[in-house]
Amino acid sequence: MTDSLTAESLPARLMRIARGGYREERTGTPATRFLRHVVLIGFGLIMLYPLVWMVSASIKPSNEVFSDTGILPANLELGNYAAGWDALSQPFHVYLFNSLLLAVLNIIGNLFSCSLAAYAFSRLRFRGKGVLFAAMLGTMLLPAQVVLIPQYVIFAKLGWLNTYLPLTVPAFFATNAFFIFLLIQFMRALPMELQDAARIDGAGPFRTYWSVIMPLTIPAMATVAIFTFIGSWGDFFGPLLYLTDQKLFTVPLALREFISSTGASAWGPMFAMSVVSLLPVIAFFFIGQRYLINGIATTGMK
Amino acid sequence: MTAPATVLGAVAAEAATHKRARRGTRVRNGSSTADGAVAYLFLLPWMIGMLFTVIPFGSSLYLAFTDYNLLQPAKFIGLDNFVRLFQDPKIATAAGVTLSYTFIAVPISMAAALAVALLLNRGVRGLPIYRSIFYLPSLIGASVAVVILWRSIFGYDGIVNKALAVFGIEGPGWVTDPDWALVTLITLSIWGFGGAMVIFLAGLRQVPRMYYEAASVDGATGWRQFRSITLPLISPVIFFNLVLGLIGALQVFTQGYVFSGGTGGPADSTLFYSLYLYQQGFQRFDMGYASAMAWVMFVVIALFTALNFVASKRWVFYDD
Repeated sequence: MTDSLTAESLPARLMRIARGGYREERTGTPATRFLRHVVLIGFGLIMLYPLVWMVSASIKPSNEVFSDTGILPANLELGNYAAGWDALSQPFHVYLFNSLLLAVLNIIGNLFSCSLAAYAFSRLRFRGKGVLFAAMLGTMLLPAQVVLIPQYVIFAKLGWLNTYLPLTVPAFFATNAFFIFLLIQFMRALPMELQDAARIDGAGPFRTYWSVIMPLTIPAMATVAIFTFIGSWGDFFGPLLYLTDQKLFTVPLALREFISSTGASAWGPMFAMSVVSLLPVIAFFFIGQRYLINGIATTGMK
Repeated sequence: MTAPATVLGAVAAEAATHKRARRGTRVRNGSSTADGAVAYLFLLPWMIGMLFTVIPFGSSLYLAFTDYNLLQPAKFIGLDNFVRLFQDPKIATAAGVTLSYTFIAVPISMAAALAVALLLNRGVRGLPIYRSIFYLPSLIGASVAVVILWRSIFGYDGIVNKALAVFGIEGPGWVTDPDWALVTLITLSIWGFGGAMVIFLAGLRQVPRMYYEAASVDGATGWRQFRSITLPLISPVIFFNLVLGLIGALQVFTQGYVFSGGTGGPADSTLFYSLYLYQQGFQRFDMGYASAMAWVMFVVIALFTALNFVASKRWVFYDD
């Protein structure tokens, strides 16, 4: 236990936390440790149960979804997936493609515009920086509802209703200040010497941004990309507001159609498509969870 | 509503836990203009985007004093929208639904998040697995698929009532009974406690271990250590999660919409304020009234946040 008496230096601790490598030091007697696992596993099972139930419901015949309470179906109905795929006015891959297109455009837009702004705020010196930085933080304090109606009116006047423009163009203008903020936090931590060295070598700000800072910012960019994906993929309100043509519908709007159009009978196909809709998010979560967890931990802590 | 709810928490954290660093930045930058025009080139996309926030912000305030339906020009009607707002019984209902949801769901989620984070912080083997399991629901809790799922497992013949029946309890109509529908959505919100948990966990990791050792030497045990070391040292994180949670909950929309099929039913029991605003603005195209609603909401959220910051001076401890 001697090592725990020497305090780890703050930068070293932050580095270790940022890497996600926790030095484990188990506390308690074997009995309490065992009890702890029992509690955690029990609680974990309760947390996961709804999702497991959904997967199970997606492979049960619709009329047995509620009567057959077992997790393993008494009668397997894999046809739910095919039935759900074609249950709505468009085949489900149309909705998946639409959602993917919006997510990709939003990721590109956010990475481009937010990194430019974050670079200026964190690494460049210019007049009016304090005021602009405060303004950026201020926009984060605005609830979306307070700008919603005029924005809708502007989009309507531009003839952008029922297109993807209102759902993608804003991302290219760094309208999500949270991501700028996240990148600023990350870029601030990079040593200033890097920039001075690049300057001495004759690199201008653009060169420094692209060749020096960007490569080092990849972990934070990954965080932004994954958060953008999850946010865009799950967004219900934006598409609900702006899209009316079924051909343009995204996955969340399509799922809503299941409750309103097919009635209560198509439980199996509906849960099958619900599973399909969550799979990309869960996949992204497992691939990128280190970035996600570090991302929210650093915005909260530093 | 499209931006992550974490946005505001981030501001709170910036303002609260970063005072010193920001002071430093300000001094260092002073009136220096070394990179001048080039910096503004980098900021150009963002500045154009800012116009797209600032102009609507102003025009929604103007619209709040008008009668406007998108087709005819806005007609100035003075304070009529606000007078109507304070007489509209549905506004009171919507505010009641939103505030009950917020003040029940946020404290319970936070308590759960802190409890699990404390448990995980005791050096548990398999921490990354547990953390993933508890964190995942928070990412999908507001998705249409999960809200539909919630409706189903809490349905009258759903699995929750079947489980209660095992204990001889006849469960209510969680989805159809106005007394229970909001409770069902509160459980969904609590299910998503993992986002706050991850932040608590990161905070707990930064409490120097030697404080506990010193306390042990002085004879302080579990609860006493928690009260006197853990709580004060993670109070900035509690504050961060509180601000973040309150602001997110006050703006909830998708859960209410999907749960009730857009009506806010049964009997307006899930008519969240944002949902009622949407109905007024985009189903009835009563956009002047909806703008007035948005401004009242903005002022209430700003007051809550300001109150939080003022109160935080009494209980949040910064270990500078």
